[in-house]
Amino acid sequence: MSLLEIENASVYYEHFQALYDINLKIEEGEIFACIGANGAGKSTLLKMLSGTLIPRQGRVVFDGEPIDHMPPHRRVELGISLVPEGRRIFPSLTVHENLMIGAYRNRKGPWTTDAVYELFPLLQPLTKRQGTGLSGGEQQALAIGRALMANPRLILLDEISLGLAPVVIKRIYEAFPTMLENGCTILVVEQDVQHVLTVATHVACFLEGRIALQGVPSELTGDQITAAYFGV
Amino acid sequence: MDWVNTIVSGILLGGLYSLFAVGLSLVFGTMRLVNLAHGDLTVLPAYVALLMVGSAGRFNPLYAIPLTMVVMFGFGYLLQRGLLNRVVLKGDIIGVIVTFGLSMVIMNALQQGFTANSQGLDAGKIENLSITVTDQFAIGWLPLLIFLLAIVVITALQLYMGHTKMGRAFRAVSDDTDAARLMGINTKHVWAVAMAVALLVVSIGGVIMGIRTTFSPLLGTDRLIFAFEAVIIGGMGSLWGTFVGGIVLGVAQLIGAKVFGSPFQHLVGHLVFIAILAFRPQGFLAKTVTK
Amino acid sequence: MVTSADGQEYPVQVGGRTTKSIVMGVGAVALIVLFLFPLFGVTDWTRRLVEFFCYLAAAQMWNLLLGYAGLMSAGQQAYIGLGAYTVWFFADIVHINPLLCVLFAAITGAIIAFPAAALVFRLRGGYLAIGTWVIAEIFRLIFSSISQTGGGAGTTIGAAAQMAQTKGVDGWYSQVYWLALAVAVLTIAVCYLLLRSRTGLALKAIRDDDLSAESSGVNLWRTKLYTYIIAGAGCAMAGALIALYSLQVRPGSAFSINWTAYLIFITVIGGIGTIEGPFIGTVIFYALRETTSKYGTWYFIVLGLLAAVIAIWSRGGIYGWILKKTGFTLFPLQRRVGFGRSEKPPSPPASEGGGGAATV
Repeated sequence: MSLLEIENASVYYEHFQALYDINLKIEEGEIFACIGANGAGKSTLLKMLSGTLIPRQGRVVFDGEPIDHMPPHRRVELGISLVPEGRRIFPSLTVHENLMIGAYRNRKGPWTTDAVYELFPLLQPLTKRQGTGLSGGEQQALAIGRALMANPRLILLDEISLGLAPVVIKRIYEAFPTMLENGCTILVVEQDVQHVLTVATHVACFLEGRIALQGVPSELTGDQITAAYFGV
Repeated sequence: MDWVNTIVSGILLGGLYSLFAVGLSLVFGTMRLVNLAHGDLTVLPAYVALLMVGSAGRFNPLYAIPLTMVVMFGFGYLLQRGLLNRVVLKGDIIGVIVTFGLSMVIMNALQQGFTANSQGLDAGKIENLSITVTDQFAIGWLPLLIFLLAIVVITALQLYMGHTKMGRAFRAVSDDTDAARLMGINTKHVWAVAMAVALLVVSIGGVIMGIRTTFSPLLGTDRLIFAFEAVIIGGMGSLWGTFVGGIVLGVAQLIGAKVFGSPFQHLVGHLVFIAILAFRPQGFLAKTVTK
Repeated sequence: MVTSADGQEYPVQVGGRTTKSIVMGVGAVALIVLFLFPLFGVTDWTRRLVEFFCYLAAAQMWNLLLGYAGLMSAGQQAYIGLGAYTVWFFADIVHINPLLCVLFAAITGAIIAFPAAALVFRLRGGYLAIGTWVIAEIFRLIFSSISQTGGGAGTTIGAAAQMAQTKGVDGWYSQVYWLALAVAVLTIAVCYLLLRSRTGLALKAIRDDDLSAESSGVNLWRTKLYTYIIAGAGCAMAGALIALYSLQVRPGSAFSINWTAYLIFITVIGGIGTIEGPFIGTVIFYALRETTSKYGTWYFIVLGLLAAVIAIWSRGGIYGWILKKTGFTLFPLQRRVGFGRSEKPPSPPASEGGGGAATV
């Protein structure tokens, strides 16, 4: 049984259809990349998975349990955690408090504040700093750390490289193996194809609300991906 | 000496106002809801205590306070979860309309049930007990108690907000409701707890005031206004600011009563509030910036 | 005029042609009937209608504040009371014809609204509402304390009482009635014209989104200020008329928060943001009042519950429901780009649906 199964899911914003009949399977231990141009539907996919949007048709099954109509806070309980687009750090809470909020649902697992500080040492000196006083890279590390505090089985990363220097992005991707080792499957959504394909084990390319291409990055050619990305 | 008496009484009165104001401020801080029924919800606990005392034969209403707090906590939770949660994210105006309607319902339901007449809770000798500081100057025991309780409550709330899981959740939900949900916080529950805590706090002041003076369903209006004035004078977003605001209001009112006569007590308070709104609208200890 | 992508110009119309004739027709008939009413003798109904006109005028003003400028005022009773006392002042102290004093009431309301706005606009949302309430309370307390105005018991308007005597009861009350009718029509006309104008578009933009309105060059503060001043003048006139009819002013009732309760009820139940809404709301309010107000507290409980329930579950009120079901409007405020009957509209931008008139 796959960790996550999406069957024929369609998502609408009022009258506008953003996702058409999406079929996707994610197995435990994968680093699954969803790529595509702006507006292709990747973020909508994450909203559906995190519970912000409900699919009008289709099903989403997580670890055997249908979650398509489940409210966001219950999905965190089940083990799905989102690192939102734009990070959404709580500005009036300190770094440490932000991490503690991540653990609100008290899920058991290897991730503690100490473990997060070990994974992202750059946060160590900032524990008492308020959320508003952080740089982009620090915020991104914090957002990921916060999501990890929920000890998720599936972590959803929404455009984490947006607005970050390549050196910072690289450092964040370097954290992936540790996350996997600790039992976390990774679904990462990115516009920037180059970086993410170096770490992804599987990739799905979105185009105008549909999946144009799916597969293992090593088996796909650059041309295939470009074609799927731009819809040529 | 007379002036010292007035000012001290004003400070003590301010403690009461801040106790009421803190509830209003807490609800606004966590869910951006201005609860126009707040004043009536400070009068309600006195009636709850009245019912308890009435049904259980003679006992001192002071003992009714803990039980009333529990009742008001539960009521606040249900009120929020059942009704006001529907209003929270729908914008300022719906919230004001619904809570105004709620205020009318509570005020008139109390009148219907208990008549508009003033009632009192009889706590015996303690009502008039005072501490004599000098032979011209005495402090009433109950006013002092309320003042000290205000300090205790605000300190407790600060600790609660800063160091407990739920307190952190309050702040997270206030910062970014959607992100809070994504972290696993059940906002419906958190808002309900916030309202419950607010009503728990005001019930302390509500019952003690019921003991100290008389109360009637019509009192809610003024209490809402005083709570509001205390919040604005002190500065939004700061609990201790609200405490300071309450004291400024209390002192202003009693000085006004002393100088112009007691019918002018409330008016002077309002005018001082207006002056502060005109010249220092952010209040004395503002933390949040009004958008 | 609006220019399309291919360079053609199309006129922007407000309202359609057939609705215009219906409005004119119905409106004219109604006005004539109402105008002739007192000629059949002054009765209890005259009193009811004067009150009705006053509530309607005040409700239109409140609706303008709330439904278009997004300002909830819990303190319009300040102006209602001020209007009443202004009449007393100019009639009894300055000895001006009491009927003319309604004009002075409007001016006073407008003048006071200015500094009040300067203070109260520093607050937002619910706190702004309470702020307006505090101002009303200040006026209530002041007028209750001044012995010259009769203190807490209020005062009669001697000049008006005298005129009632000299003109005869019928004569006096008919004149007040006509004045009230004129004021009601005036407030409706002002609302309608305001909302049709460019300022009206600005207010609608404010209602939809403060920030985007500001960034598109709408001067928020000034527009809200003008609305508040107009509302102050309008409510003052309503208060003035009620004082003229009852020949007295009492601070407790003139400055009572109950006014806000009534206005909330009328506007919410009728339908916020439309002109027809307050009509329906006032009718229902009045019907309820005449039948159940003897039950005192229950009346208010029902008002409060209904307003809360409708605000949550049926935002548009009763008129909103009617509008959805039938699309019928007496006061069409939607703007349509006129493509003309025979012309086809140019192909619309890809992201929008179908063709036809684009409405704003």
